[in-house]
Amino acid sequence: MPEMSKVLLSISKAFQEEIVSKGSKIFDVEELLTLNSCIQCGSCVGSCPSGRKTAWRVRLIIREAQLGLRERALSKDELWHCTTCYTCQERCPREVMTTDIVRIIRNIAFEEGYVQPRHVLVAENFFKTGHSIPMKEEIKEMRRDLGLNEIPPTTLAYRKSLEEVKRLAEYSGFKEKLEKVKK
Amino acid sequence: MKKYAYFLGCITPLRYPNIEASTKIVMRELGIQLLEMNGASCCPAPGVFGSFDLFNWLILAARNLAIAENMGVDITVTCNGCYGTLQEAAYILRNPNKRSTINETLAKEGLSYEGNVEVKHITEVILDDIGLEKIKSLIKVPLNGLKVAVHYGCHYLKPRKIRGHGSAERPTFLDELVEALGGEAVDYKDKMMCCGAGGGVRSAFSDLALRYTLDKIRNIQAAEGDCVLNPCAFCHFQLDTGQKELMESKRLEKPVPVVFVTQLLGLSLGIPVEKLGLQYNKVPPYYLEKIGLKIA
Ligand code: SF4
Ligand code: SF4
Repeated sequence: MPEMSKVLLSISKAFQEEIVSKGSKIFDVEELLTLNSCIQCGSCVGSCPSGRKTAWRVRLIIREAQLGLRERALSKDELWHCTTCYTCQERCPREVMTTDIVRIIRNIAFEEGYVQPRHVLVAENFFKTGHSIPMKEEIKEMRRDLGLNEIPPTTLAYRKSLEEVKRLAEYSGFKEKLEKVKK
Repeated sequence: MKKYAYFLGCITPLRYPNIEASTKIVMRELGIQLLEMNGASCCPAPGVFGSFDLFNWLILAARNLAIAENMGVDITVTCNGCYGTLQEAAYILRNPNKRSTINETLAKEGLSYEGNVEVKHITEVILDDIGLEKIKSLIKVPLNGLKVAVHYGCHYLKPRKIRGHGSAERPTFLDELVEALGGEAVDYKDKMMCCGAGGGVRSAFSDLALRYTLDKIRNIQAAEGDCVLNPCAFCHFQLDTGQKELMESKRLEKPVPVVFVTQLLGLSLGIPVEKLGLQYNKVPPYYLEKIGLKIA
């Protein structure tokens, strides 16, 4: 084998394997290996509502994953322009798990510190309240007026449940990742 | 009487409690019992928390499923995001190997999930448990040809393998509900396009999300829709609050009112407008006039 192709193959495998191994905690390995089936036909990009409006190209991220262009894939802001609408995944003629692969690549990006500041706030709010957004005074009033309890019966009303949720998010390793990202 | 654990999530109780109130009233009227899920958390959101750390996402979703499992009932939801997460987590955790990995972590808090919970959207409860025939027999206020543009929301339909509602390109079930209530379901360009909010886009790139919403609203206006019907609290938030934001930034002149599925159904069943909390949608419900109603 020519020297160059060997190099390419060895690079590409590492990132692909990382994606498959990360994803395999959640998804089936066969589904993840559909990453190799992409023929770069572009049906995904042609279907993508964010692709119409921004520089986000889902076909390109799949290509970068195949070629092992890890930094390029992880570091672009556009990676976070996908709304996870699944249109591309449903239309892909090769049944590539595009949207789920995007989520896995984002997981890796998050760990590497490529994160949107506003997303850090969402994650922090989860550790404060067990919810992704905070309660507001005007909403409490609205709830009263509608005959609902001012505070819903969620982690907001149950301190012990909130503590439980926070500990679980620590055992999962998420808390540590978030702390790292914040630095 | 059929019972469900009502999983609230975040947007419903913390931004649109009128969705919570209308759902509770309508379900009571239809003879479905909704039980509170004490101590539930964020689902967690599939596109945001799923994008940060899928393993953490699955553990916390499993904890929410376990709450319902302990209650001995299935879950219902009023948000496609909650539906997306909880139904996908329940699907993944039918696999015993995946379940045992997650249970190792849950066990540290004395919890476990054994794979016995089904997650049904409130729309499924309406269409499958009650059914259109029954609903037709209960109509007090027919929609009188009101032109309703349906927005299904991505995570209601996709991935199809998990959701199981058939076509994600041309679904008809909510349009059929509109027609059953006496309204006219209008088609519009790019009907299946996302609202723009998912995947953490609303929180990190709110302007991109608004550009989706603007396209959607313009297409609905071109089709002369009187209102947008949707089954998702998060889409509701984006489409309703989003239009207010678009008007504030002078990108939209005239808004289209947004109505949640249990709010429109509630109107047909003769439930007072205020009890359904329509006064709390940001875009005023201009369409009420067309069906002979108004806010007192
Ligand atoms: S639609 Fe599928 S096969 Fe075609 S480029 Fe996209 S991911 Fe590759
Ligand atoms: S899931 Fe993401 S990449 Fe795929 S079509 Fe939707 S926005 Fe585009």
